[in-house]
This record gives sequence, structure tokens and C-alpha cells, in this order.
Amino acid sequence: MRRLHTEVAIVGAGWSGFRSISPDLSFREMMFEAATKAYTDAGIDPRRDLDGLVTAEEDFHEGIAISDEYVPDPMGAVLRSVHTIAGDGLQALAAGVMQIAAGAARIVAVESHSKASNVLNLDQITALAMDPVFQRPLEVHPVFIAGLECRRYLEVTRTPIECVAQVVVKNRRNALRNPRAAFPADLSLEDVLDSEPLAEPLTRAMAAAPADGCVVFVLARGDVARRLTDRAVWIRGLGWATDSYTLESRDWEGAAYLRRAAERAYEQAGIRNPRRAFDLVEVDDTFAYKELQHLEALGLCRPGEAGWWTAEGATEIGGELPVNPSGGCLGEGHLLDASGLARLLEAVLQLRGEAGPRQVPNARTALVASWRGLPTTTGAVAVLSREP
Amino acid sequence: MAGRRVAIVGAGMTKFVRRALETGPELAWEAASKALESCEMTLDQIDAVVLGSAPDAFDGVHMKVEYLSPGAGAWGKPTIRGYVGGGTGVFAAIQGWYHIASGMFDTVLVVCEEKMSSCHPHPQAAFNYIFDHTLERPLGPNLLWIFALEMNAYMTKYGLTKRDIALVAVKNKRNAAGHPAAQLADPDITVEDVLNSEVLAWPVQRLDVSPTSDGAVAVVMAADHVARRVTNKPVWVEGVGWSLDTQYWTNRDLSYPTYVEEAARKAYAMAGIREPRKEIHIVEPYDPFDYKELHHLEGLLLADRGKAAELVALGIANRDGDMPVTPSGGLLGVGNPIAAAGLMKVAELFWQLRGEAGPRQVPGQPRRGLAQAWGDLMQVGTVIILGI
Repeated sequence: MRRLHTEVAIVGAGWSGFRSISPDLSFREMMFEAATKAYTDAGIDPRRDLDGLVTAEEDFHEGIAISDEYVPDPMGAVLRSVHTIAGDGLQALAAGVMQIAAGAARIVAVESHSKASNVLNLDQITALAMDPVFQRPLEVHPVFIAGLECRRYLEVTRTPIECVAQVVVKNRRNALRNPRAAFPADLSLEDVLDSEPLAEPLTRAMAAAPADGCVVFVLARGDVARRLTDRAVWIRGLGWATDSYTLESRDWEGAAYLRRAAERAYEQAGIRNPRRAFDLVEVDDTFAYKELQHLEALGLCRPGEAGWWTAEGATEIGGELPVNPSGGCLGEGHLLDASGLARLLEAVLQLRGEAGPRQVPNARTALVASWRGLPTTTGAVAVLSREP
Repeated sequence: MAGRRVAIVGAGMTKFVRRALETGPELAWEAASKALESCEMTLDQIDAVVLGSAPDAFDGVHMKVEYLSPGAGAWGKPTIRGYVGGGTGVFAAIQGWYHIASGMFDTVLVVCEEKMSSCHPHPQAAFNYIFDHTLERPLGPNLLWIFALEMNAYMTKYGLTKRDIALVAVKNKRNAAGHPAAQLADPDITVEDVLNSEVLAWPVQRLDVSPTSDGAVAVVMAADHVARRVTNKPVWVEGVGWSLDTQYWTNRDLSYPTYVEEAARKAYAMAGIREPRKEIHIVEPYDPFDYKELHHLEGLLLADRGKAAELVALGIANRDGDMPVTPSGGLLGVGNPIAAAGLMKVAELFWQLRGEAGPRQVPGQPRRGLAQAWGDLMQVGTVIILGI
């Protein structure tokens, strides 16, 4: 079994936003705000203590080629070991953790942001991720993939669409207790089911709307973490995986990417029975059915169970296994490449007992899972604990 | 160094050409298959994949890691794409190192691919988007201009002539004559050819510059215990370093690459190297422009400031000199498919240190080599030291 050579903990967290628009802040100013909060939270001076920085961003989301050029300055990381991951924020977290475990750094910051409101044609940008030879000529918006996959999920697991709608109701209500959330709302099942069709059977309300925001974490090697803080959140397991790129050959049923990522993370964390291992879960819900599909792929319930769990309230903040107490992407807004770090942020605050009115009592362990969004089959998983 | 020992055990590459008929994933497949074949390994022995590619703007594919993943053998595997612009090629090998040194993986396939020819009419257009969108882009800058500024700063500060610098282009294009993958090898080129070539942006002339290219390179990396099983000639990673300077290039002293020095110092410290000029037997510095090779040799502390040109003029930097520099032929001779070009330098060291470089073989059984790449807004240095 392969384990990290060194304990690594999250010792600081900071954020800017999240909001549906942010005309008063540039992405650099959002980074500066979130970084300043995270460094203050960790009690470090970046110019003295920071060994490296990993950011997650995609050039087309930034509107900049080679977007990593612009990250050292607002983060106080000039002439440090800085690099970008063109992927999800949780993959950047993994890169930071591996650098520490490999002995290349003691303290590393991880950053990702979204300035989605600056992107005039986000749908067209997403379409550029489709295969340029076989699929792009069809000129279809990739959201149809979510519709197809949702339909397949409902058929195979015999889940009623009402259970998918219940995810939206739950998450946007949770968001009412979250000051970071961009889209809190008190909706009824009918509000969700009757909103305009998006890609059958999905309605507009079942898809997370994009938002602006930035999330920064400070990671430290175990011994450094113990010196810095008594509120460290420990990273016990990490996994990420990419399934098939082509639509024709991918696994349409079970989010295979997350199943594989979770297997690795559980193995590292020594978790044999994930159903009983976690006090809360923050999982990607870019489309409402994804929350259900992902809960099943993570082995937290059997295929077909997640919908009924949700309908019965088991995934509410006071339920058996709270899922997305933050409000998830549906409630907080979708932060593009930073969406995995947004999920992680809530888990860290919950484990530190700092989640205010949405605090899950005595939360000691948490699971975080991300998906890179349409049209990808890449996901990542992190297992967190209050104890090393 | 806390982590495990890591070795390169296999390498492979495609030809570097101006316009490849293959798609990006096909190029990635060719390089990856050759690397695996070179060490008689198969994909099921690979734990994780690291992908490298420069700006997505070249081929207009968003989330390019997904697009390349099937070709690079990443289906179902943990896959990640690290990114530091032109420094990506060497950084990808560094990333492979920290994947394994951290304890997370035993074997990693590192694949770098670039297809610049997709960008019509010329990839230079994509480089407009690397500039600051508020301060610089409205001026319509061209990448050649800022290199002209830097080359001028370097020549003026140290009183170097165009002829001093042209010798680098001559050496590298001649060296490339021994490289089966080379795009611009020329065994008969003279200094006059370089000095008489078309002026692009003074003092940069056509033959001072590397070409735009399509191509891919892959290496297989493995942990100590696996590497010794796979081959009796593992090439060990002895040191790594990377550093990213401020984005505000206008505020920097362009005559000296401080970021390269920072990266080199980290790598030397990790490798326990105190006198790099004596302890490094082969250097593969990044040479997209002829002056950059000299610039980088100084940043790497392998020449005094302003004195690197003497190494070339006196023949010390020749393949059979005391410190062979760019025996591969480099970007000027072999070609510059950006990310792949950096990893080509790593692969060259692998072949040289194993004594498998054929007509390019550096005499005297070299035991340690250094590869370096550079990129972004003239602001990043990535350094890897390999030894046998």
C-alpha cells in the first residue's frame, strides 16, 4: 500500500466572495484578499515562510494564455516555487501535498479562483473542451451530456426525478445559513421541477449557476503544522482519476472517475467501510443528479439509494449523513476550477467547528469530492480528519 | 531530502516537425508507447500519468489534459497537468519526481505534447494573450519584441556582439545533425548564415530563433525498488528546483535571470552540489533563442556574468569540450514544440548518461547532467539534475 511519507495538514484558510458578479474586484484583488486571510489564519508571513504555491486554473476561463504568469504577485509568492495545475482545485491540493511529502517544501499555499462573470461566452468556452474532430462539428452545447447521463442514472437506479429536485431544495436551503453562498433560496419541489427545461430531464434550477470567488489554503508538514496551530485539519487520503475522454466509450452509469479516486483515498486513509467513516460530506453537485450519483460512486450508499436517502432527509444538516451543508455548488455557486476548493473550504470550517449556524455537531471526519465539470470525466477525493 | 529515490527508466519521442499530420493525442501516443517499449513496460504497470502542454490557445482545445489523456495512456488513471508556460517540459519531469518521492505512486508516465501548427496563420498570434490585458495587450505586443529587448539588454550590459551570440546557433544546429528527430539540423551552417538571416526584431534574426514545431516526448519514472527491477541503468533524479518571478517584467533587470538562479540553487542544494562547474558534466539549458543559452548558463552559475559566450567561442561548450552544452542540438536544432522541447532535454540526459546517445554521445562517460527550461513572461526557471 502506498502512503504519504509525511503527515500534511491544512493550517490556514481564506476566501473572497462568493458572489454572482464582482465588478468591484479584479481576479488579482480577489486573490490578494483570500491569500491575506489565509496567511493571517495560519499565522505565517508569506515572504518569510512560504516555500511554494500551487494554483488551479484553465487558460480559457482566465482569458489569458499561460495564466500562471499572474499568480505570484497577488499571492506574495514572487521567486518561490510556484506552478499551476490545469485542473481542479483538489488536484492542486494533491500537488501541494505531494511536494511537502517529497521533501521539497514545508509550507505551501494552494489557490484557485473563478471570475466567471467576466466570461461573456462561458457556454462556448465549455464547448471547446469537446473533441475537436468528432464532436465539435456537431455544434451542440455540452449540457446535453448532463441530460443524457441524468436520464441514464434515473433509469438504471430507478430514482424518481423528484429526488433530484429535492437535492436542489436541500442545498439552496442550506445556503441560507451560509454567508458565502451566492444563491441561497427557499424553493419548493414544484419550483425546481417547473423551472425552464435545460436538457431533458434537467431543468434550469437543477444546474449550478456560475459565481465569482477565490479560495486559498495553507498546507504544512506535520511538525510545522503542530507548531503553527492547534486547529489543523489533517489530510488522511487523496485520490484523483480520469476516465474516458470520448463520449462513446465512457462509463455513463456510475461516475467511474470518482469511484477510482475514492478507492485510492480510502486505501491511504485506511477506511474499509466508508458508509460509517464520515461526519459530513461535501460533494460536487454541479448538476443536482451528480450529488446522488457521486454519493453512490463514493460508496456511501448502494446504487439507487441516494435519492431515497435525500427524500427522507438523511442528507440534511441534522440527518444521518449531512451532505453539502454549505449549500454545495447549487447554493454557493459554481466556481469553475475552484469548485473543488470551495467544497474543501466548508469541510475545513466544519472540522474546525467554525461553520456557524450550519455547524454539524462534533464533526471529526469529512469527505470532499470534486468533478471537473462538463464534458470531463475527471474527479478528485480528499479524506480529512481533526486528528492526524 | 525526505522522499524516496526516483529514477528515469525509459524515454521516447516523436520527430519534431513544422506540421505533423497526427493529432495531439496521436503524437502523445507515439511518444508514450516508445517510452514504455524502451523499458519493456506496459500501461498496466503505470500508476499515474503526468501531462505537459503549453498554452491551450495553440490548438484551441479547452481542458487539454482531457483531450490528450487517451493518447497518453491515462484512461482510468490518476492524471494531472502541471503548467509553467515554456518551463513546462522540465517541470513535468519534476512533477513526476514528486509524485513518486512523496510515496503516493511507484511508477509515473510523463508525457509532453505540443501541436503549434494548428494555430493559423502562425502560433505567434496566440502569444498576444500572454500579456497583461490592461497594461500591455492594447499595445499589440509580439513575443519577439520582448526577447529583442532582453537580448539587447544582455548584449549592451556585457558588450557582447551579435557574432558572439550567433556561435550558439551554429553549435546547436550542427549538434542536431546527429539527432534523428531534428527539424532544423544543419551540419554546414556558419556564423555568416546567422548574421545574414532576415531581421525579425532587432537584434533578433531568423536563425537566432528556434522554429515552431509539433512533437511529443515521454519518459517513464519509477521508485528505487521498481527502477532496479526494470533496468540495470536507472538514471536518478538528484535535484530539482523551480522558481517563478514577478509578472511585472518591465520592473526587472532583464540582463540576468534571477529566477533561474533561484531554481538552480534549490536543485544544487538537493543534489549536494557545491561546485556546479566541476560537478555537472553535461548541460542542457533552454535555448529558444541563441542568447538564452548564454543567459541561462549564467543563471545556472555555470559561467560568470557576461562570460558564457567565451565558453562557446573557446569550444568549451562543444560536445567534446570540457563542459558540453546542448549536445542534443537543443530547441534551435531539434525544434521547439514547447513543452515537449523541455522534456526532450531531460530525455537527452537520460540517453547521454546511459551512453546511448549514438552520434551525439558526449565522450568520457559523463555521470551527471542538468536540464533547464524557462518560460512565462521571461519569469520562470525549472531545473532538474540527473545522475547515474
